[in-house]
Amino acid sequence: MHPHISTFYLASVRVRAAELLPWIVALAAFFLFPDFLSLGARILIYILLVLSLDLVIGYAGIVTLGHAAFFGIGAYTAGILSAHFGIKDPLLQLAAAGTVACLVGFGTGLYVLRTSGLTLIMLTLAISALCLEVANKATSWTGGADGLSGVTIAPILGYFRFDLWGKTAYLYSLAVLFVVWWLVRTLLNSPFGASLAGIRDNRTRMEGIGALVNRRLVQVYSISAGIAGLAGALLTQTNQFVGLNALGFELSGEILVMLVLGGVGRLYGAFIGTAAYLIAQDQLAKKFPEDWYLGVGILLVGVTMFARGGLLGALDSLTARLRRALKL
Amino acid sequence: MTPALEVKGLCRSFGALIVADHIDFQLERGARHALIGPNGAGKSTFVNLLAGRLRPDAGRILLDGQDITRLSAAHRVKRGIGRTFQTNTLFRHLAVLDNVALAIAERMGVSGQLFRAASAHQEVIEEARALLTMLNLMALEKTVVRDLPYGQQRLVEIAIALGLRPRVLILDEPAAGVPSHESYLIFDAISQMPADIAILFIEHDMDLVFRFARRITVLASGAILMEGTPKEVESDRKVREIYLGESRG
Ligand SMILES: Nc1ncnc2c1ncn2[C@@H]1O[C@H](COP(=O)(O)OP(=O)(O)OP(=O)(O)O)[C@@H](O)[C@H]1O
Ligand SMILES: [Mg+2]
Repeated sequence: MHPHISTFYLASVRVRAAELLPWIVALAAFFLFPDFLSLGARILIYILLVLSLDLVIGYAGIVTLGHAAFFGIGAYTAGILSAHFGIKDPLLQLAAAGTVACLVGFGTGLYVLRTSGLTLIMLTLAISALCLEVANKATSWTGGADGLSGVTIAPILGYFRFDLWGKTAYLYSLAVLFVVWWLVRTLLNSPFGASLAGIRDNRTRMEGIGALVNRRLVQVYSISAGIAGLAGALLTQTNQFVGLNALGFELSGEILVMLVLGGVGRLYGAFIGTAAYLIAQDQLAKKFPEDWYLGVGILLVGVTMFARGGLLGALDSLTARLRRALKL
Repeated sequence: MTPALEVKGLCRSFGALIVADHIDFQLERGARHALIGPNGAGKSTFVNLLAGRLRPDAGRILLDGQDITRLSAAHRVKRGIGRTFQTNTLFRHLAVLDNVALAIAERMGVSGQLFRAASAHQEVIEEARALLTMLNLMALEKTVVRDLPYGQQRLVEIAIALGLRPRVLILDEPAAGVPSHESYLIFDAISQMPADIAILFIEHDMDLVFRFARRITVLASGAILMEGTPKEVESDRKVREIYLGESRG
């Protein structure tokens, strides 16, 4: 499925120049487009979420349609801590949201990951439907369909206030994304990351060398759920509000589209796919609300038919072609 | 001395087809034991039962006297059973070295490591390189397995199994699909393996069998037809009729 990584034990893990690009762009955008920061923060948060999805789908080969559940669980954890328990410290909320989502990922993963294929997809869908229904019915905790308001957030580290222009939110989200990116990148280069590639490539052989495949899948699923939970908390904190759409199927589907658009199993596919999708949505969905989803559909068909590796895959084959042309 | 591997009354059927029919079998320590029999005799099924890919309907499997009948394939590997597959079962999209390193890392217990790069695990890489050197694959360490010629893919199968440092090594037609002038390379590699590993191998080429096996078990229709030294097997009339006569036409 992802033939572009062929060695782990002989690979250099030094950061390549191109890997700095997203961070340079993100910092430049902060100074160049002050009006864009609230959309910008949203993009960063969704990148985090899509990155966690890539870990599960692209690297562990677990196809899920219920990933938004973990995002929503993180979002509600942060919101409920603030609105009901008066815990307003953002980093504390972040840690709690990540932990709760991780634990739910672990608990459901134990059960769900025993299956595969269509059954697994249906189970992830069912679990996320269950979460949605719980959030919908437990109105005294979640505000139900009206959403949870009354969420206030203390300044970060007691000092950086969330401002109206979204400056703090943007830099805060960027910092969290950076740390998680580094952790995920480290994980993917580790023996653990190599064993995930082994599982994807040949599960039978992986069992034949003594790997406890299921345990490893549960591990990566929990880690991914935790990251999705962090992203959910960030959304609550930057919006000071949580709604049911943080848990919905629509979101699970949308982040899958972003990932496929950017390129599955490529780490940076999450960055480029999410940014492209959300910026296009911001520009086009308001102007052409009817055509937007049609456009997304056509785009998706185009990507799956002509650019299997998404935007990054297309870029890869373009540079490969250029290189060959220059050699000739 | 307890045998390395012992099988008692092993049975398995696929529907009405009996593929393992009350098999009693022993693999001595340091054995070089061949399992032969016509196509469809149930040899690979027997291997899969031993390795834990298939569950028996009845019977017991003992490794060093300990019952492993209920253990999963992965747990049997951890107890010391390594195997190769009749058809290549490799990490086709990974480099040759990674194929072996995955097995070694698994055995060393470092494959759950999250925070250190795989390429920083020198102990794994060095051992993998030593194995590749032994099997004449060192020059190909970076080559992706699916780009290798078939014969060398068979060697990677063996390298992976050796990376597990098994006490019992089961080779299901290690030279299958390899041109006969190359199959000696594979059996040379096998003959260089540490003497204390108990090896059970399936092979159709009788010259190779008689050359490398010190004991032979003949399987037909899921049941053991006979067992003995190469001499005994060669001179047995039943075997000649049912098996050798057939394959030598
Ligand atoms: N999973 C399965 N389901 C049903 N029948 C099977 C299955 N696996 C094997 N068989 C049948 O069991 C019989 C024994 O197969 P097996 O692969 O063990 O034979 P073998 O001795 O290894 O043959 P060969 O020399 O061709 O490799 C065959 O008739 C085969 O068709
Ligand atoms: Mg066979």
